[in-house]
Amino acid sequence: MSALPGRRAAATRLIAAVAALGVCAGLAWSSARADTATRAETSLVRLTPEQYERSIHDIFGADIRIPANKVDPGSRNDGLLAIGDRKLTLSAAALERDDVVAQAIAAQVADPRRRATLLGCQPRSEQAADDACARGFVARVGLPLFRRPLSTEEIQAYVTTQHQAAEQLHSFSAGIAAAVAQMLVAPDFLFRVERGAADAAQPGTLQLDGYSRAARLSFFLWNTTPDSELLQAARSGKLMTDAGLQHEVDRLLDSPRLESGLRAFFTDMLAFSGLDEDPGFDTLAIDAGFYPNFTLSAQNEAQEQTLRTIADLLLHKNGDYRDLFTTRDTFLTPALAALYGVPLARSQELGGAVPWVPYHFSDGEPYIGILTEVSFLSLHSHEGRTSPTRRGKALREIFLCQKVPPPPGNVDFSLVQNTSDPRYKTVRQRLTAHRNEPMCAGCHKIMDPIGLSFENFDTAGEFRTTENGAPIDASGELGGKSFDGVQQLAQLIRDDPATTSCLLDRAYSYGTERKPTAQEQTWLVRLQAELTRDGVRWRDLMRRITLNPDFYTIPMSAAPLSAAAAH
Amino acid sequence: MSAIKRLSRRQIMRGMLGSTAVTVALPLLECVLNDSGTAYAASGRALPPCFGTWFFALGLTPKLWVPKQTGNPYTLPDHIKVLEPIQSKINLYSGMQVFLDGKANQNHYSGAQCHMTGIVTRTGSEYDTSLDTVIGNQIGTHTRFRSLEVDCAGDRRATWSARSSNGMNPSEISPLALYTRIFGPEFKDPNAAHFEPDPKVMVHHSVLSAVSEQRRGLLRDVSATDRARLDEYFTSLRELEQQLAVELEKPAPLPACTIPARIAAADDSGALVDQVGLRNRQFGQLIAHALACGQTQLFNVTLSPPFNPLRKSGETSGYHQMTHEEPIDPTLGYQIKCKWYAEQQMAMLRDFVQILDSIREGDGTLLDRSIVYVFTDHGEARLHSMKNYMIFTAGTGAGRMKTGYHLAAEGDAVTRVPLTILQAFAIPASGSYGSESNHVTKPFGEVLV
Repeated sequence: MSALPGRRAAATRLIAAVAALGVCAGLAWSSARADTATRAETSLVRLTPEQYERSIHDIFGADIRIPANKVDPGSRNDGLLAIGDRKLTLSAAALERDDVVAQAIAAQVADPRRRATLLGCQPRSEQAADDACARGFVARVGLPLFRRPLSTEEIQAYVTTQHQAAEQLHSFSAGIAAAVAQMLVAPDFLFRVERGAADAAQPGTLQLDGYSRAARLSFFLWNTTPDSELLQAARSGKLMTDAGLQHEVDRLLDSPRLESGLRAFFTDMLAFSGLDEDPGFDTLAIDAGFYPNFTLSAQNEAQEQTLRTIADLLLHKNGDYRDLFTTRDTFLTPALAALYGVPLARSQELGGAVPWVPYHFSDGEPYIGILTEVSFLSLHSHEGRTSPTRRGKALREIFLCQKVPPPPGNVDFSLVQNTSDPRYKTVRQRLTAHRNEPMCAGCHKIMDPIGLSFENFDTAGEFRTTENGAPIDASGELGGKSFDGVQQLAQLIRDDPATTSCLLDRAYSYGTERKPTAQEQTWLVRLQAELTRDGVRWRDLMRRITLNPDFYTIPMSAAPLSAAAAH
Repeated sequence: MSAIKRLSRRQIMRGMLGSTAVTVALPLLECVLNDSGTAYAASGRALPPCFGTWFFALGLTPKLWVPKQTGNPYTLPDHIKVLEPIQSKINLYSGMQVFLDGKANQNHYSGAQCHMTGIVTRTGSEYDTSLDTVIGNQIGTHTRFRSLEVDCAGDRRATWSARSSNGMNPSEISPLALYTRIFGPEFKDPNAAHFEPDPKVMVHHSVLSAVSEQRRGLLRDVSATDRARLDEYFTSLRELEQQLAVELEKPAPLPACTIPARIAAADDSGALVDQVGLRNRQFGQLIAHALACGQTQLFNVTLSPPFNPLRKSGETSGYHQMTHEEPIDPTLGYQIKCKWYAEQQMAMLRDFVQILDSIREGDGTLLDRSIVYVFTDHGEARLHSMKNYMIFTAGTGAGRMKTGYHLAAEGDAVTRVPLTILQAFAIPASGSYGSESNHVTKPFGEVLV
């Protein structure tokens, strides 16, 4: 990866800006921890691979090469990997990979060529330790890495590591690298350690402290570690005031980095890494023998198309979330254009390394909204044919937050699933027969009528009008309302109250990495009514969520250990 | 366990870092094997046993796989005739079931979960300590890798190995990545004439040890739930320290240890039968060499995720979908295509076991000092049936189990097989295994030595 001067400069500014903050706050933090040791409590959230990468680039510069570190696929809970991250620990395999990545990053950070921007001092000797130089460096980078100032004792521990390694290997750079590597495998970095104190007004609830509040805010809105201004607001206590919080929220919402947070959220919500039986983009294996236009390029670009569509509407146009289901504006590459059966002008194809160009589907074209984009259609299909059941289930679970129970055991599917039976040429005919089985009827009635409306789009997302020579019937029913074709379905989804409530629930859960409490659910119901009236706009939604005091709480599900018990 | 008192690795590391002239304190007497290559000469201690699991999804074709005879010998039915070359080295168990005790059948999950943990949970987001972890805590604590997990169908999520309910051990999906991880620059050939600890590795180890020292401070204020998660993090960290510590020791010579040919870069996704079969053989070779070279004593192979995407080129859907959609042939009485897939998977099992058996160690083979536990998710996948599971074990665990038997236990809980394995390894407190109706106290004594 080539160096990005802007990001590199930003990283330099971040380190420089936190320098005084980190050093002068160290003692204060140390004493504060001692004062609150008996009442402060913590909760852990595992950092995602994306958050890891963005944090490293923001702290050390965008030109730091990070080896692939997506080892652990995570666990989807209540529709989100983010909720699973509060439950999971680090497996041996994942930590082993984190260690390899940490070594690679540390070597780059300690490279003498980066001294001017990252180290901030010149060692007395290239062959020996320099504790004074290392001390300032550790305090500076430790603050954004751990999202809090390091205590005096912690700084000394890293300086000691530096000292021993430099003396052992006769290299100042090796000493710095050892200290950085130690920080990068520390639980304080790999987990977001949220600290708080019991809230007297709400028994059983923790109120996050300023630094933890800053981290939650930053990872939610930007998907990265807090910047120096946010850390400064935490240190000064402003972030704990209404005015200070409002100022920082508005600043974060005005930043271009908001798109990173939005992309991370929708990547999670849309289950691009897999949903139950359905694959994610890393395991998708559409058979090119059946769908020659579904090239590797198309597969790699399908996810990006949907994220661009979302970012364009919600951020750049400040549009209404509900319009994602009916928008005809999207972005295409030549590979995707082949699937959609639309031409891209030659001049547009030469627009860049990945030639993304805006595209508007006309009213006469069958594609409408993100549900008819290749990402949704291909992820929720079989390798060589469509699956109305999978598509219907995915739509219910992802966009309407309705859980579809798994099929019961001891069900004989074969009576009606014979694909060679001349009586049932189309999927609709076979599934209709299947739905007549009493055991299957309950669930299939809520999946199939929706999923069948996508039958005009094959596994690769290409438009078709017949299946096995029989015309496709794309009619269906949702919530008692009949529709004919996916365009009418898209409008029904757009107008369904569950569409808005689902987004609100998912966004709030994603930000707090837990399910909303009863009190928060009541608040979300009120919020839904207001947004339904005023428009479901991303910045407005983010602002309302992050200004809600409850957003910065942790319900204590288990009694904390006493200090003695933990020893 | 060796009669020779082992220095703790922490002691060794501290000694190293305190001196630039490195002298490695090793149990040198163990470095020489006996003439047959099956034990260390000085202590007479046998080469350490190995344990592994091999999961295949969707079981076999009902009524076609159960041998008519029980005991030893027995005749393999045609459906699993492909196992004939390894019949004398495996046991086949039939007739057992998983009890749900009123809980919902989490299709393709509950059954495998019970095989690996002895419990059935109410939801698919709960799990427990897996069998390999229980055994590994006893036998696999002095190797470079605690365990190796792989999936042959390209899905990291496909794993049944876990330390607890706080997360599964993800699977490696790339044979090349696994090759590099095991036999890359950090690999120390146990048969190399010269050994010198790498000072960089010493520093690296010291760094991880320093992180471990932070444990107490972090645990001070966490909730009970988070404390368990942190404890697991620090366990992972200790395993990583262990890995580095092994790199700093002069390994005992292992005549059977050879470095396999480097794996060529390939597409690691895709679940066509040929692709999965190739990865099964590649992973099998890598795991076998890792075991023979003392890099680990534990492994977990999943041939595919439970929603088995195994697919024959030209078919529009995978094996799992096929089990639910292919009609039963009215004349033959079974699903023809599904039977074919099941037989392909048995051929892959044969390949894997033969690879372990192909590595000679003195008078025996690597398989002979191993026990491989082979299990599946459903007795009859078409119906998500929890009855009449087919289970295999391969290898004797260095004489701990007899092989060549067909054992029928109609209606018993499947947990009898893991209980038998636990007792074979003499795992403490293994008088029983499983919970609720899957709780068992009776192993298959017929095959325990």
